[in-house]
Amino acid sequence: MIRFLLSRLAQGIVVILAVITITFALSQMVPGGAVRNERNVSEETRKAQEEYYGLNKPWIVRLGLTLKHYLTLDLPESYHYKGRGVDEIIASGFPVSATVGVAGLLIALGIGVPLGAIAALRPGTLEDRGSTLAATLGICTPSMVLGPLIALIFGLKLRWFNVAGWFDTSDWVLPSLTLGIIYSAYIARLMRGSLRETLALEFVRTARAKGASEFAVVFRHALKLASLPVLNFLGPAAAGLLTGSFIVETVFQLPGLGQFFIAAATNGDHQLTIAISTFYAALIVGFNLLVDILQAVLNPRIRLQS
Amino acid sequence: MTTADTASLSPSRAAWRRLMQHRLNASALAFLAALVLLCALGPVFSSYDQAQQNLELKASAPSRAHWLGTDALGRDLLVRILHGGRVSLEVGLLATAVAAIIGVCYGMISGLAGGRVDSALMRLVDILYAFPFINFVILLMVVVGREFWLIFVAIGAVEWLTMARVVRGQVLALKELEYVIAARACGAGFWHIAWRHLLPNVLGPVIIYASLTVPGVMLLEAALSFLGLGIQPPAASWGVLIREGANAMETYPWLLIFPGLFFSATLLALNLLGDGLRDAFDPKSMPQ
Repeated sequence: MIRFLLSRLAQGIVVILAVITITFALSQMVPGGAVRNERNVSEETRKAQEEYYGLNKPWIVRLGLTLKHYLTLDLPESYHYKGRGVDEIIASGFPVSATVGVAGLLIALGIGVPLGAIAALRPGTLEDRGSTLAATLGICTPSMVLGPLIALIFGLKLRWFNVAGWFDTSDWVLPSLTLGIIYSAYIARLMRGSLRETLALEFVRTARAKGASEFAVVFRHALKLASLPVLNFLGPAAAGLLTGSFIVETVFQLPGLGQFFIAAATNGDHQLTIAISTFYAALIVGFNLLVDILQAVLNPRIRLQS
Repeated sequence: MTTADTASLSPSRAAWRRLMQHRLNASALAFLAALVLLCALGPVFSSYDQAQQNLELKASAPSRAHWLGTDALGRDLLVRILHGGRVSLEVGLLATAVAAIIGVCYGMISGLAGGRVDSALMRLVDILYAFPFINFVILLMVVVGREFWLIFVAIGAVEWLTMARVVRGQVLALKELEYVIAARACGAGFWHIAWRHLLPNVLGPVIIYASLTVPGVMLLEAALSFLGLGIQPPAASWGVLIREGANAMETYPWLLIFPGLFFSATLLALNLLGDGLRDAFDPKSMPQ
């Protein structure tokens, strides 16, 4: 167990360093930098700024400096938001993305798990077909269509919520609803498939033979094992949700990490681009590890090995 | 590959029959065929051009002259949707092809080489799964300036991981079969076995998985275009049209609803067809 965790931790660090390097390489190709995107900058100012941010050094030195920043957790300054560290900017954008993401995730689980479970428990019935149809439709409705439609109905027509921005305490509702509906469709589909497969397994038959009630069979025995594929899906999905869906944040104009990333990428704010990608990669690594541990807890046949 | 128990039918014939038995699959296929024809030929027969503006008709509602209305510049929406469909479908197919080619080569080499090479290559795939590819794609789009060919190469380059796993799994099973051992005994080399003996038998699963990849790829393209990073106006893809529609939805809702409907219906048909293909070819779901 400890060995497993250590080896995964080492692998995670390799991933994060690789992500820093790749993002560094890609962002070097984006025209831009500390001052290059600003107009009317005198030659002296430009030189002074490049000197200050170390942009006049060869790329290999800059890559080394960047890696050193992250290894020593002494994060650099953003080029665009002068004087602010990239960690400060992430700290301002992450709560927005995370609030919307966590609420979206809860909505997704709240709709998806029951929908999929009901379909699996009554195969072939109207409930099964209805929920399968709903899930298929959900998968086929892209967030860039659903988001604006939800904004149109609940924001512009009914006027229950703001359409855009992050001002009121209720501003998380519409974006979370959009994310929740879309992810619930995937969860329902996975849940249905895996619960049906689990219910056909022998240990479920044994439980039934022992006289366990249907409730106990489903909730105490089958659901635990059946939730593994959902868990597998949720690991990377949760990382994506927490760091902000690019589409949903654009539709509802939320000042979350996704918006910061797109702005940084197009502005040539390399430091912020690298920082957000790295943060995202770290979250993915963390969630994947969490999923592995939870899997071992839920399924005694899975052993953690390096 | 699959063992057909329906006596006189070849395995692929039997699978095709199983696919078409379901009305849903058949209608999904018919819908896609009609859509492809419409996108390819529709704009040719229309009297409107997709970029032709008509400022007198700014954002008119659906009418007899313009069946789905016009956009804010008076361009015919139906023609733009069909043009956009061409672009979206092309990106979907080409990006999937790129992903399939990379995935097949990678998976085949990994599975056939076996041993250390295999475990190293698969370890790399595991690690790559943890990469924030969407960020890379966004950066790539910013870097190389949103060219059409780049969009599908970039998307294909990040979507091959699962394909590689699927192919490797197949190759591992196939390479122990007698005909491959026989070929090896006859002195066939690595590439000969890969190309002549394994590839034809791997294609079935590849096609099935590819058909499930197409909708995902089309979604990614639409997302990039929606963010303003993909296809650039005045060229249209469904992502571009949905973006334009979302900006104008309060006053001209049809500009959002019609492209959205076309896109969703296509995704639905592709998903149904992909699931249908998987069920039809999967030996596990064969009639007992």
